[in-house]
Amino acid sequence: MTYFIDRRANAKHKSAVNRQRFLDRYRTHIKRSVEEAVNRRSITDMERGEKVSIPARDISEPVFQHGPGGKRTIVAPGNKEFVEGDRLRRPGGGGGGDGAGEGGASNQGEGMDEFAFTLSREEFLDFVFDGLELPHLERKNLVDLDEVRPVRAGVSKEGVPARINIVRSMREAQARRIAMRAPIRRALREAMEALAEEERKDPVLRNPARIAELKGEIERLEKRLEAVPFIDTYDLRYNNLIDQPQPSSKAVMFCVMDVSGSMTQAHKDIAKRFFLLLYLFLERNYEKVELVFVRHHTAAKEVDEEEFFYSRETGGTIVSSALTLVDEIIEARYPPGQWNLYVAQASDGDNWDDDSITCRDLLVERLMPRLQYFTYVEITPHAHQALWEEYERVEAEYAERFAMRQIVEAGDIYPVFRELFKRRIASA
Amino acid sequence: MTRRKPIATGSDWNFEILDAFEEEIARLADEYRLDTYPNQIEVITTEQMMDAYASVGMPVGYHHWSFGKQFLAVEQAYRRGQMGLAYELVINSDPCIAYLMEENTLMMQVLVMAHACYGHNSFFKGNYLFRTWTDASSIVDYLVFARKYIGECEERHGVAAVEQLLDACHALQNYGVDRYKRPSPVSAAEEARRQKERETHLQAQVNTLWRTIPGRPRGDALPGMADEEDPLGLHEGGRYPPEPQENLLYFIEKNAPLLAPWQREVVRIVRKLAQYFYPQRQTQVMNEGWATFWHYTLMNRLYEEGLVDEGLMLEFLQSHTAVVNQPAFDSPYFSGINPYALGFAIFTDLRRICEAPTEEDRQWFPDSAGGDWRETLEFAMKNFKDESFIQQFLSPKVIRDLKLFTVVDDDQEEMLEVAAIHDERGYRRIRESLATQYALAVREPNIQVYSADIRGDRSLTLRHVQDSRRPLARSVYPVIRHLHQLWGFPVRLESVQDDEVVRRYHWPLPEEERRD
Repeated sequence: MTYFIDRRANAKHKSAVNRQRFLDRYRTHIKRSVEEAVNRRSITDMERGEKVSIPARDISEPVFQHGPGGKRTIVAPGNKEFVEGDRLRRPGGGGGGDGAGEGGASNQGEGMDEFAFTLSREEFLDFVFDGLELPHLERKNLVDLDEVRPVRAGVSKEGVPARINIVRSMREAQARRIAMRAPIRRALREAMEALAEEERKDPVLRNPARIAELKGEIERLEKRLEAVPFIDTYDLRYNNLIDQPQPSSKAVMFCVMDVSGSMTQAHKDIAKRFFLLLYLFLERNYEKVELVFVRHHTAAKEVDEEEFFYSRETGGTIVSSALTLVDEIIEARYPPGQWNLYVAQASDGDNWDDDSITCRDLLVERLMPRLQYFTYVEITPHAHQALWEEYERVEAEYAERFAMRQIVEAGDIYPVFRELFKRRIASA
Repeated sequence: MTRRKPIATGSDWNFEILDAFEEEIARLADEYRLDTYPNQIEVITTEQMMDAYASVGMPVGYHHWSFGKQFLAVEQAYRRGQMGLAYELVINSDPCIAYLMEENTLMMQVLVMAHACYGHNSFFKGNYLFRTWTDASSIVDYLVFARKYIGECEERHGVAAVEQLLDACHALQNYGVDRYKRPSPVSAAEEARRQKERETHLQAQVNTLWRTIPGRPRGDALPGMADEEDPLGLHEGGRYPPEPQENLLYFIEKNAPLLAPWQREVVRIVRKLAQYFYPQRQTQVMNEGWATFWHYTLMNRLYEEGLVDEGLMLEFLQSHTAVVNQPAFDSPYFSGINPYALGFAIFTDLRRICEAPTEEDRQWFPDSAGGDWRETLEFAMKNFKDESFIQQFLSPKVIRDLKLFTVVDDDQEEMLEVAAIHDERGYRRIRESLATQYALAVREPNIQVYSADIRGDRSLTLRHVQDSRRPLARSVYPVIRHLHQLWGFPVRLESVQDDEVVRRYHWPLPEEERRD
C-alpha cells in the first residue's frame, strides 16, 4: 500500500529555530567576522549576506574517538602492484588512506579547519546592529498622532459580508436551533406518547376524535420543527475592526554634507558610509524612511543622491545655510507630529568665521526641539575648529539627542557608529 | 514476456506518472516477495530536503543548535554545488516515509522509489537488528513526544540549561546502547577469562586495580592522588556497578546522583533516539547494498518489460554507476570504502553464486552455491549486520574485483606493511580484517563504566579497553567534561591495555595539566 503526499506547500524553514540557536551560540565569533566584513565592504554593498567562518575546532561536538597511534589494519581497494609482505613508507601528513576505520573524524569535508556558512542579509544586519538602539526613540505622544491602523477587536453583530466569522456564526446558529427546537421537541414527544397510549387502549375505548386531534398536533409540531431555520440573519457574527491611533512609523533622515573644496572624495566616501549605516539602521526601526540630501558650501541646496555624493564644488563654507534649509524643508514637508526626524551631518570642520555661532543658535532654538536625533561627524585628522566648539555647547544642552564624533579614517566609521548608538543602560 | 509501452518518457513527471510507476514497482517487488511496510511518499522542495537532512532524517526533532549547524553546512555545500542533494532520504517508520525532491527528474523519482520504498523499506522490516532495536510504528509518536517534552523543559528551565544538558548527552550518545562485543576468537576468550576472573576474584581484582594507580610512571599519576584514592575502608561493599556497564547514558540516567527528574528524562530521550539509530550505524553496507541491489534489479525488470525507454535507462545506468563507483585508494576521489559499492557487489555476487556457482564458490559457500538466490539473499539480509555479513559473504571474487588489500599500520614500526592481497593466501585475512573494520567495537573506542565510588568521593571511573594499543583522540577531554556535568562529581577515565592502565584522564583537570 502506498500513498503520495505533496508536501511542497508546507512550511519550509523548519530548521529556522535551530539555525537561530546556532547563531546565538556563536554570537561572538560571528560578530567578529561581521565587523571585519563591514570595514572591508564597499559602500553600496551592505545589502547582501555575508560568508562567515568559524574555526571548526570551536564548534565541534566532541565524541570519544580513536586517536592516532597503536596498531591498525586497514583494508583498502584498488591494489595495483603490492604483494604480500611489501613495506611502504608512511604517507605524509598522517591519516592518509584510512577510510571507514575512523569513526567519522572528518566526514564533513576534507578535514576542514574552518566551518563556513552564509548569513542571510537579515541575519547579517542583525549582527551589524546588534546591541545598538536609536536613542530617544520614545514613541511620539499618542494624543497628537493622526495616524491610525485598523486592529481586530473581537466580533460584532454588524459588519460587511466579507468579514463574516463563520465559526462564530455557525455556533450562534446551532445554539439558536437547539434553543428553539427544544420546546417543540418536548411537545412533540408528549403528543406522541399520548397518541401511543391512546392507541394501546382497547379499540372499543378509543376516542377517535382525540386520536385525530393528536395526529394533527404531531403534524403541526413536525412542521414547526422543520421551519426552524438552519441559519438566520441574527446568527451572523462579524470580525470587528476598530481604528487605533499609531505611533508614527515614518522617519525622515536628512543627510547634510559639506562639499566645499576642502572635502576630498575620500572624505565623502567616509561620510557616505556613515550615512548608509545610519540609513540601514533607521530602516530597521521604521516602516518607512525617507531620505533628504542637503549639501552646502556657501549656499545650501537639496539634491538627489547621485549629485550629493559625486558632484564637486569649490568655495568656502557656510554651515548655517544648510541648517536653515533643513529647517525650511521640515516646515514645508515633514510636520514633526507625523514624522520622526533625524539629521546626520558630515563635514571636515571648516566653517566661515562667524557662522558657527549662528549654527548653534539655529540648532538650539529651531531644530533640536523638533528632532529625534542629531549626529555630527567631523572627518579630519586635524585639530577642531570653531564649529566643533560651538557644537559641544549644543551637546551640553541636548545631551540625549545630540551626538558628535571625530572620524580620521575609514576604519573608524563602524566603531564610531557603534559608540553613537550603543544601547544605553537606563540611568538617572 | 510481452513488451509494453513505456509509462512515460522524458524527464518530466507528475503524480499520475509516479502513481503508475509505483504500481508497477510494487507488482515486481511482490513478485520477488519483498516484504515492506506501507509507503508514504512525500514530495518536497529543495529547502525542505535540506531541513530534513539537517535533522538527521527525523521528521520531527527537538530544537538544538547542532541541527542548525548541520543545516548551515548542508546549505553551504549545496550552494557551492559540492553536494548533489539527498539522492534519497527514508525514515524507518511504519508507514515508511520516503522523500522525493521536486527537482528530481522522472528517472530519479523512479529510482528513489525502487531504492528507498522497496529496498530500504524491506530492509527495515526484515533485518534482525531493526526488529530488535527499533519499533517502526511508534518512532514518529516518540519523536513528537520528545520534541514536546524538551520544548516544555526549555520553557520551564530555560533554553540554556536544556541546551547544556543536550550537549552533554549528545557527546555520549554513541554510548547509549548495550552493544555486544565483537565475537572475534581472541578477545572472546580473553573476555571469558576476565569474566570468570571477575566472578571468582572480584575483591582481588579490585585490589589489583587500586594498587596499579600510584605505581604507574606515566606522569599523569599525580602526587596526592594515592591519598585521594586511598581505598581503605571505602570499598568494603565491593565495586559498584559489580559488572562494567557499556551503556553510559543508561548508567547516568539511573545512577547520576544529582540529576533532577526532568534531566533524567532528557537523558533518556537522547538514549532512546541513539538506540533508534543504532542499527543504522551497524548496517550501512548491508542496507545500502540491499537497496542498491533492488533498485538495480527492479529498474532492469521495468526495462525488460518495456515500461521505461532506453533514454531513461541510460540515464539510470549513469547514475547507478556513479553510486557504486569505488575509487582506488590512491585516487584523489578516494574517501574510504563506498558502502554502496561494497554492499552491492556482495549481494550481486551472492546471487551469482546461487545461480552460476564455480568450483571456488562451492568450496567457499557450500550452503549457498547452487541454491535458491532469493532465499539466500533474504536470509543474508535478515540475520546479519555489516560485520558478520562481510565475515560470512565476502567472496573471493568480490575481493578480486575490488582488488582489496590490507595494510598494517603499527606505530612501533617504521614502515607500513602490506599484510594480505587478493590472492589465495589473502582472501580469508582480508575478509577477517574488513569485517573487523566494520565492527562497532573497533570503530569506536570501547569505553565502559567501571566503577562509581558510591561510598567515597562519588567519583565515576570509566575504563577504555584499548584495541591494539590505539589511544583516545584529544576529544576525550571535552567529552569527560560533559560527563562530569552529568555526573556532578569527579570523573576519571582509564585506558587499559592488557589489563594494565596505560593512560589516565581526569575531569576536573588537576592544575598542572590545565596548563598543558
